[in-house]
Amino acid sequence: MSQQSHISDIEQIESSALRELDAAGGLDELEQWRIAYLGRRGRLTQVLRRLGGLAPEERGRVGAAANRAKAALEQQLAERERSARKSQIDASLAEGAIDVTLPGWPSPAGGLHPTTQTIREICDAFVSMGFEVMEGPEVEWDRYNFEMLNIPKHHPARDSFNTLWIDYTDSDGERPMLLRTHTSPMQARVMENRRPPVRVVVPGKCYRYEATDPTHEWHFSQVEGLAVDRGITMSDLKGTLQEFVRRVFGPERRVRFRCDYFPFVEPGVDWAIDCFACAGEGCRICSDSGWIEIAGAGMVHPNVLKGVGYDPAVYTGFAFGMGVERVAMLKHGIEDVRLFYANDLRFLRQF
Amino acid sequence: MRVPISWLKQYVPIGVSSKELAYRLTMAGIEVGEIDETGGDWDRDNVIVGHVLKVDSHPNADRLTLPTVDIGNGETATVVCGAPNVAAGQKIAFAREGARLFSPRSGKVETLKAANIRGVESAGMVCSSLELQLGEDHDGILVLDDDAPIGMPLVDYLGDAVLDIEVTPNRPDCLSVLGVAHEVAALTGGAVTEPDLSYPEEGLEIDGQVKIEIANPELCYRYTASLITGIKMGPSPQWMQDALVKAGQRPIVNVVDITNYVMLEYGQPLHAFDFDAVKDRTIIVRAARQGEEHVTLDGEKRVLSPPMLVIADSTDAVGLAGVMGGANAEMRDGTTSVLLESANFDPVNTRRTAGALRLRTDASYRFERGIRAELAPRALRRATKLILEIAGGHAAKGIIDLYPGRREPRPVKISRARLKQVLGVDFTMSRVESVLSSLGFERAKEPEGIIDLIEAVEAAPAPERDSTLWMTAPYWRSDISIEDDLVEEVARVVGYDSIPETMLATSIPPRGEPSLRTFRETLKDLLASAGMQETISYSLTSLESLGKVDATASGPEPLKIANPMSVELAYLRTTLRASILETMERNRRVSRGEGLRLFEVGRVYLAKEEARERELPDEREMAVGALSGPRFQSSWHAPRVNMDFFDAKGVLETVFAKIGGHVEYEPVRDPILHPGKAARMVCGDAVVGVVGEVHPAVLERFGLEGAPVVLFELDVEALRQAIPQDGRRYRSASRFPVSHRDLALVVDTGVPSGKVQSIIDRHKLVVGSTPFDVYQGEGIGHGKKSVAYRIAFQSDRDTLTSEQVDRAQGDIMRQLRREVGAELRDLHG
Ligand SMILES: [Zn+2]
Repeated sequence: MSQQSHISDIEQIESSALRELDAAGGLDELEQWRIAYLGRRGRLTQVLRRLGGLAPEERGRVGAAANRAKAALEQQLAERERSARKSQIDASLAEGAIDVTLPGWPSPAGGLHPTTQTIREICDAFVSMGFEVMEGPEVEWDRYNFEMLNIPKHHPARDSFNTLWIDYTDSDGERPMLLRTHTSPMQARVMENRRPPVRVVVPGKCYRYEATDPTHEWHFSQVEGLAVDRGITMSDLKGTLQEFVRRVFGPERRVRFRCDYFPFVEPGVDWAIDCFACAGEGCRICSDSGWIEIAGAGMVHPNVLKGVGYDPAVYTGFAFGMGVERVAMLKHGIEDVRLFYANDLRFLRQF
Repeated sequence: MRVPISWLKQYVPIGVSSKELAYRLTMAGIEVGEIDETGGDWDRDNVIVGHVLKVDSHPNADRLTLPTVDIGNGETATVVCGAPNVAAGQKIAFAREGARLFSPRSGKVETLKAANIRGVESAGMVCSSLELQLGEDHDGILVLDDDAPIGMPLVDYLGDAVLDIEVTPNRPDCLSVLGVAHEVAALTGGAVTEPDLSYPEEGLEIDGQVKIEIANPELCYRYTASLITGIKMGPSPQWMQDALVKAGQRPIVNVVDITNYVMLEYGQPLHAFDFDAVKDRTIIVRAARQGEEHVTLDGEKRVLSPPMLVIADSTDAVGLAGVMGGANAEMRDGTTSVLLESANFDPVNTRRTAGALRLRTDASYRFERGIRAELAPRALRRATKLILEIAGGHAAKGIIDLYPGRREPRPVKISRARLKQVLGVDFTMSRVESVLSSLGFERAKEPEGIIDLIEAVEAAPAPERDSTLWMTAPYWRSDISIEDDLVEEVARVVGYDSIPETMLATSIPPRGEPSLRTFRETLKDLLASAGMQETISYSLTSLESLGKVDATASGPEPLKIANPMSVELAYLRTTLRASILETMERNRRVSRGEGLRLFEVGRVYLAKEEARERELPDEREMAVGALSGPRFQSSWHAPRVNMDFFDAKGVLETVFAKIGGHVEYEPVRDPILHPGKAARMVCGDAVVGVVGEVHPAVLERFGLEGAPVVLFELDVEALRQAIPQDGRRYRSASRFPVSHRDLALVVDTGVPSGKVQSIIDRHKLVVGSTPFDVYQGEGIGHGKKSVAYRIAFQSDRDTLTSEQVDRAQGDIMRQLRREVGAELRDLHG
């Protein structure tokens, strides 16, 4: 075969290939076409294989022509494949439309109890101010719940604590074991076990003998706070609670102290925030006072410090408490505390 | 304590509104709960005291009259009146045109307009009690006392407000009008005028007429008494009755009313004995005898025991000291001689006595709070004076005053340094002294006996000496004993608003070890993210409820509450199982058929049997979960299948994977779980919990028949201990490809899959395996099951060849054959 006939052969293969390519439809036909012309035994490939028999200078010229034709065909094929793939995708998209308004696969949603969430929120605010979270026993000794908190036996302040007692009487005829009525016993427990500085918050369950109503529950949670060191003042207490209130109730809220009596603090105060609902005008939430009382606080009583072996002339400290449910009720607009432990999912799932 | 403003004004001028006064008292610790106001709506200019000069008849109506009223400043007014009781000479409440009054006709407050009634102009109105909203009476006009000043605004004459004060236990002084008056003086800049205590002592010396002895001086610190003879029992005057009613006391008879009045005035309980009923004119204050019987004023027979304290005559108790008088020496209509007692009793003993007899009275309430002994003679003289004025008679000369518990008032120090140390505020001592003086404190000398301290002060530089004061508390205050008490006095009067806000500037203490709390809260998060809803239920329960989960049959006996609120809340729970099943039941009722996934993390209370009385119970943190109902919300593509054992296990596996615990499941018998569908969870050497379907019989006890309920229970602390604490080490992922092989095995039905899997997984080239098919039945021998596993092989060092994988699979097969008798399933046979 002459060089010329080789070249015309190539041109002929090329033109017939292009013709057939035009006629090819989907991706399958394109693949068949590729095998027929460009595959290992394809017509163009065979031409290239035969080049071995040509003289070197002929081989160069014919080879160049064959490679040009191959490149041209490959390019054409790629283009056709692209468009064929696109139309195939378009076709499948047209068929694959779904009803997007149908519900998705259900995936169970869990959640945490509002008390858990509120305790975390309260504790987090104090942790960021250097407090450590600790917990203590719910079944307590009278000693920790009362006596070490400057509330000796037969003290009239005991009246307000409506205690649930454990059915056991000691040799003195006294009941020494009780369900803690507040988280305050941990003040004594923590200080007994560490030297100052102390800076802790204590969340936990507390119990009182109490008839339940929308604002009273015998089973409730508190968070106690305690900071003791040289140089801690009531101004620090006010600043700490103010910072807490800013974080939990919003940057606008203000703390107010009012004199109150708790035997384990002196001076003792009851702390309130200005009403977020009426901005001090007076409304149902704040019983028309413009202020919402949160709980008690004060400077740790020297007798309490002495009781745990701290020198009250050297160390001062503050303590505060708050009801977790009360904080959650204020934050979420819950009007009945009994909802917390009735465990109705229609309530719990809202948090 | 109910404190009428009108009563307060007898001792201290009040220049602020009752609302403002209530606010100031509240901020200073004397919390005013409510203000009951009378006459607050009467306008000063238009509702005034008038004097009826004459009453003419109405020319056109028989039932109407025309009173002419002097309303002061030379003004008179003639009005048309329909009341039958109006008469010349009366002092009445007159309302001018424009006054806002209650209209009985419309039932609303209306503005009074000038009117022409049946041809006569009416220039106002004479008011009834109803129109003034003082009472229900509208049959006639309200007639005032003759001394009512003409032209005075009625609100100044009749208006009043009662402060309802919630007195804290440390302030028994504020259980009295005078005590509150002292607070008012300090908070408003006024001064208190105390009542005059002098009276004519016309009788014989009291010492010769009555013999008084304190047999138990440790229980009676002071006993004062006076004797009045020739009195006449009868009703109290109206002013006293009004005062008592406003303060919440029922008027009875003059002498008794006076003792109540003076108790409310001074905070000192008093008791009046019919002296003729006191045998041998002798009073002995002594402990009760064991079993001694005594009928108190309320008619109840009381059985007493020492150290209850009684007031006795020569033979019998005539009163229960500090609590209530006896019926045998009660004041009667014919009583003519009264022995008046004003004493001071031990607070703790009074409280114990009142508590033991369940007899809490106004007297015991005050004594148990520790009132000052200095009150006793003052209140005695005050009451004696009032008896003479109201009931007549003659007072014996002198009073009895036995004072075995006398203690000299102890001055208390207050220093500028302490104020700054506690409050963070630097006060000048002149300010401090003026605040304390306004509360009735007095400057005192440094007490003797602490010479060292005085020398130290002398030696100190002058500013130091000037910055310390010694103050003595006034006779009515019993709550001041240490310096910080005075610090509080200063703070509460100056006001806490003046205390600045500072942030803690001291060093942050080092933290302790990570606690159980951290672990538990992580566990809660994981359970919630696995689709479980947290619940929290009561820690108290009943034996019946515990019995439903067989918790009473074994384990420690639950701790009992001595004073339970109800039988449902009489024991501390020893398990959370009953709680979660009860919660499940409650929610199933309202769930509209959806699947429920609940958990609770809480404490159980396990008494230490051998040391129940010496040690607190073990409060063990447990986590329980319960799953029941459809696995998926009812949906167009979700199959309607109920959750079972493997739903709970799936949740647990997710949790354990996250906390890094390797847990094995072993079949277990549990009294409340299905015998064939329960496993205990073992982590390391420790059993950390159980999971299983609840036994149908137990479901019935909870009303949970129907869909199965799967329950799991974890011992949180045991789990924490069982999990490696050293934290997680990062391992880089292998760069080499994973090869998968499927292995279909036939084993005896009794061979747990977990056992097979553990044999597969321990091969060093195996990085994971999953059972993907479990089959029992045709084609498999009787008593056999087929389980197919997909096994992943991978090496850290190179790409595994198929020969290497074949060899590994062969090794595994040999082990399986030897250990559990497994055979390859012939898929074609
Ligand atoms: Zn408000």
